[in-house]
Amino acid sequence: MSTRLAKHGRLIDRSKQIDFTFNGKTMKGYAGDTLASALLANGQVMMGRSFKYHRPRGVVASGAEEPNALMQLGTGDRYEPNQRATTTELFSGLQAQSQNHWPSLEFDVLSINNKLSRFLTAGFYYKMFIHPRPLWKHVYEPIIRKSAGLGAAPDAELKDADTYEHFYFFADVLVIGGGVAGLQAAKAAAASGAKVLVLEQNSYWGGRAPVDGGTIDGEAPEAWIEKTLAELRAMDNVTLRDRCMGSGVYDHGYALGYERLTDHAPGQGGPRHRLWRIRASQIVTATGAIERPLSFAGNDVPGVMLAGAMRDYVVNWGVKPGERVVVATNNDDAYRTALVLHDAGVEVVRVVDTRETGGGALMEAVREKGIRVELGRAIAKVKDGKSVTEVAICAQNGEGGAREIVQADAVAMSGGWSPVVHLWSHCGGKLIWDEVTASFRPDPERPPLGDKGQGFVVPAGAANGEFGLAALLEDAAVAGAKAAEAAGFPATTVAAAKGESVAEAQMEAVWLMPAKADVKLRMKSWLDYQNDVKVSDVQLAAREGYESVEHTKRYTTLGMATDQGKLSNINGLAILADSLNAEIPQVGTTTFRPPYHPISLGAIAGEARGEIFQPIRKTPMYDWHDRNGADWEPVGQWRRPFAYLRDGEDRHAAVNREVKNTRENLGLLDASTLGKLIVKGPDAGKFLDMMYTNMMSTLKIGKCRYGLMCSENGFLMDDGVVARIDEDTWLCHTTTGGAEHIHGWMEEWLQTEWWDWKVYVANVTEQYAQIAVVGPNARKVLEKLNAQAGGGMDVSREALPFMEWRDGQIGGFDARAYRISFSGELSYEIAVAASEGQAFWDALMEAGKEFGVMPYGTETLHILRAEKGFIMIGDETDGTVIPQDLGLNWALSKKKEDYLGKRAQQRSHMVDPDRWQLVGLETVDGSVLPDGAYAVGEGVNANGQRNMIGRVTSTYHSATLGRGIAMGLVKHGPKRMGEVIEFPGTDGKTYKAKIVDPVFYDKEGEKQNV
Amino acid sequence: MSKAVSELNGARYAGLAEVADAGLRGMITLRGDLDSAVLKSAVQAATGAGMPGIGRISVAADGAVAWMSPDELLLLVPYEEAGAKLAALQAALAGEHALAVNVSDARTYLRLSGEGAREVLAKVSPVDLDPAAFGPGQFRRSRLAQVAGAFWMEEDGSFGIICFRSVGEYVFKLLKTAAHPQSKVGVY
Repeated sequence: MSTRLAKHGRLIDRSKQIDFTFNGKTMKGYAGDTLASALLANGQVMMGRSFKYHRPRGVVASGAEEPNALMQLGTGDRYEPNQRATTTELFSGLQAQSQNHWPSLEFDVLSINNKLSRFLTAGFYYKMFIHPRPLWKHVYEPIIRKSAGLGAAPDAELKDADTYEHFYFFADVLVIGGGVAGLQAAKAAAASGAKVLVLEQNSYWGGRAPVDGGTIDGEAPEAWIEKTLAELRAMDNVTLRDRCMGSGVYDHGYALGYERLTDHAPGQGGPRHRLWRIRASQIVTATGAIERPLSFAGNDVPGVMLAGAMRDYVVNWGVKPGERVVVATNNDDAYRTALVLHDAGVEVVRVVDTRETGGGALMEAVREKGIRVELGRAIAKVKDGKSVTEVAICAQNGEGGAREIVQADAVAMSGGWSPVVHLWSHCGGKLIWDEVTASFRPDPERPPLGDKGQGFVVPAGAANGEFGLAALLEDAAVAGAKAAEAAGFPATTVAAAKGESVAEAQMEAVWLMPAKADVKLRMKSWLDYQNDVKVSDVQLAAREGYESVEHTKRYTTLGMATDQGKLSNINGLAILADSLNAEIPQVGTTTFRPPYHPISLGAIAGEARGEIFQPIRKTPMYDWHDRNGADWEPVGQWRRPFAYLRDGEDRHAAVNREVKNTRENLGLLDASTLGKLIVKGPDAGKFLDMMYTNMMSTLKIGKCRYGLMCSENGFLMDDGVVARIDEDTWLCHTTTGGAEHIHGWMEEWLQTEWWDWKVYVANVTEQYAQIAVVGPNARKVLEKLNAQAGGGMDVSREALPFMEWRDGQIGGFDARAYRISFSGELSYEIAVAASEGQAFWDALMEAGKEFGVMPYGTETLHILRAEKGFIMIGDETDGTVIPQDLGLNWALSKKKEDYLGKRAQQRSHMVDPDRWQLVGLETVDGSVLPDGAYAVGEGVNANGQRNMIGRVTSTYHSATLGRGIAMGLVKHGPKRMGEVIEFPGTDGKTYKAKIVDPVFYDKEGEKQNV
Repeated sequence: MSKAVSELNGARYAGLAEVADAGLRGMITLRGDLDSAVLKSAVQAATGAGMPGIGRISVAADGAVAWMSPDELLLLVPYEEAGAKLAALQAALAGEHALAVNVSDARTYLRLSGEGAREVLAKVSPVDLDPAAFGPGQFRRSRLAQVAGAFWMEEDGSFGIICFRSVGEYVFKLLKTAAHPQSKVGVY
């Protein structure tokens, strides 16, 4: 059983004891512990159940690469599943729960899957559950979801209690990794004067060096680390961040840093995570290396750990993994673990080394301690169970027979070390196979390339395949200097610190243990712990024809778990290569994609939550609307009142009231959101003639004209009233949603096609509060305001006729009044400075009292326009509709040689007489047609569906007419006036509607022209 | 005129930095040939400030001129004088191909000041705010989290920030969030 040692533990503070709970049981740890080290210290070796077979699992690693020890942390609004015990710093009150078992970790009903493992091989789901089809959704999927999986999702009704933020930072050189290589590289880069940012994922600096030993500049590594940190901290051009993982490298030197600010101290205030969004000229990846497991049967039994991790637990956290340990290795490094364990008083019962010739000085040192070392030997099997009890040892070069059984409670394994090449590879850095270390390392000839074709990532130290302190530090110093020089700083040489470590003998590539393991052993030899993929699964995939490593990955799910195969990928593709009789480099690796390690969704969202989740655009009268019953409707990012609800009214009643009042008395509409673009210049008229389908150049100063805009494909994209301001200035109104888009559209044509035309455009949408004053009493209220102010703009029919505009004063406000109507009533749209909008609105409301003034919302706006048969962009149009479909031929200038969309509208499909065309629709029984309903015709199509002959585009209850009215596009519609067609609804009813003229109200247009 | 109210109506917040409504400011968008002598002297007359270099703002006693693009300037003038300054500018530019419009009311104008100002802004805008990279007189059109915005640094180290009026409240709350007292980054 694992326990806390009396000595050791350089990272823990034994004077600070911390209480935490695991599966409800209170345990004790120390400040500086990780959850994993604290659990081991409490004898908790088994930490979870596996994904598919529900096998007992314990911690296998000590860092970000951990596949097994995933926990559900916290409760309620701070609950989070799938958190690694190895990267979770212990804090007082931490609550952890193990995952993927029922009813308990100790007794799990679904561990029956382990007994069925022979049937649950790679591709099992695909083969088993494909037939019969309907059973998948209703039977198979729910069962599999219950059986396979990780932690439970957080409660959908709860909101994360924490906050998050982003931070933009720029550096000449970004160093990812604060081990000795990262610090050495940073020192070299900083010496040139470059601005350097160093990111370290842990809360401590120096990486593995203090655990692995050796000397730097003649001292223990810790001494050099402290000294170098002090030097770097004293430099103005260096920024050091710990608990901040370099999680991704992207195009052009963009990188993400994931800073965990309060995970170790929840509730202390401030953001929990900060996402650093970094631009760097050069990036040094000093990301170290990850140890590979050995593939032997039972290599996933709790108590089997990576040798380096076991060493970490002893040295860093003062935890011994067990009383009797077997060490299995193919290299010299694992002997360091044997020495550390021996020194800590743990009995090392055996070192089995696959190499017939054994190791070097480290092996000799182990032998000198009296530890039994066996060469050419392997682990045949670790006995299944909730912890290690028995280890069977056999010859490496055999099938696993002639076993010797030893009693042990922990196993340290080492299959060699792989450089962490993820960040080098994220943006396209290529790899080469290194025969000496049996690993992929960065190919210096093929780095990720920047905008000028320059390499922008420099690997350093172990991440570059350089092991051994001397080589590693030299490599890092060169990398740092090279990065600074590439970032434009003068070449400097900083002497590398002098590293000394014990020389190591050649390792041996071992991908299966024993080399000819029989199938029973291979079916218990795990490659991917988190996704439960075994040696036999990859071999099966190869037999079934999955030759590409990318296909094998997806078929077997090798490397697809939350750890993205940090431990499993190299072993898995070596097995695949062997099965295919190919060389490992030929098989290649799967793609490395960011993030290196899962990052929180909160960090990605940053500050965008709650009231600043999205910008909400507000007009100057927003607060008034809100206080006066506005039922808000989103229109793009704007909020507009749908209707103003009075006490006891529902939406429908409010809308009917607003419609009737506007037709009979006086309505006010906040139209400030309409786009307003000023177009000016000697060529502005010519330009607008191209932009609009109508002729705008001939518009007289002081007059307005309704215009249509089409895309170059002929489709109607926007509409609005254009006013001629002076000889070379026009003001173009766009739809609410179109302001930015149409502004961009105009600029694009002016900048790319007609760059020599003298036209400037400015978007003045937000300069004005624009209020539509609508209804029979509209003129009266304006005249009253002018009378009160002692004079103002003449708004009479004669002085300001329909479709004209004037500048002047209304009620003492500087205003521009347009006599335009989207309702069919007498109507003025009046623009005042946005800052005075509320005051002007108040004045209208006050003066309008005696005329029955009421504000109205967007629904009333829609009904008023629909009663008049006016189209609405986005209702009658959907990107496939041309003006001709809508009976708007009158707005297509015949005099102009060209306009955007004209050519497209002449194509055969556009002039097809079978195109659906706009008509009015009147239900036979006066009810309201369902929005979007389709009209059906005779016969069925090739799919056996009813043939469609039209659809509803706008549909409302008209309070004015006391019945449902609608518009729709119908095949040959205008020629079918009076015909009744059928619209099946989704409610099972079929609606019958008569085709009529789309203008339902005041067909002659007399009411707006008074 | 007393009827005019700025969108934020005097709001302020003090955290890592102080965020405050900077009130109504006269603003004129001017598009034209920035090399034209007529335009240059009209701008000087309107603001008292000379032409700014690329990415800079040129500040005078009651006016300023900011470089917005190769053919666009933003003129800052007293709010009450914007109409008169615009008329004078248009008169001076008669015959030139140029566009000048009053955008004073289309904007929200904020001030971000105090020691944490650089870091607060660097949380919401993808701009290098290192003192070596951004100093007084520099002007940047960029984005503030999800909306367009522009800012510059004054001689006293504070930032003038402008955004569209409709999102003034969003930007205020955004900066307030970024200025949370316990969110200091500690790099500037």
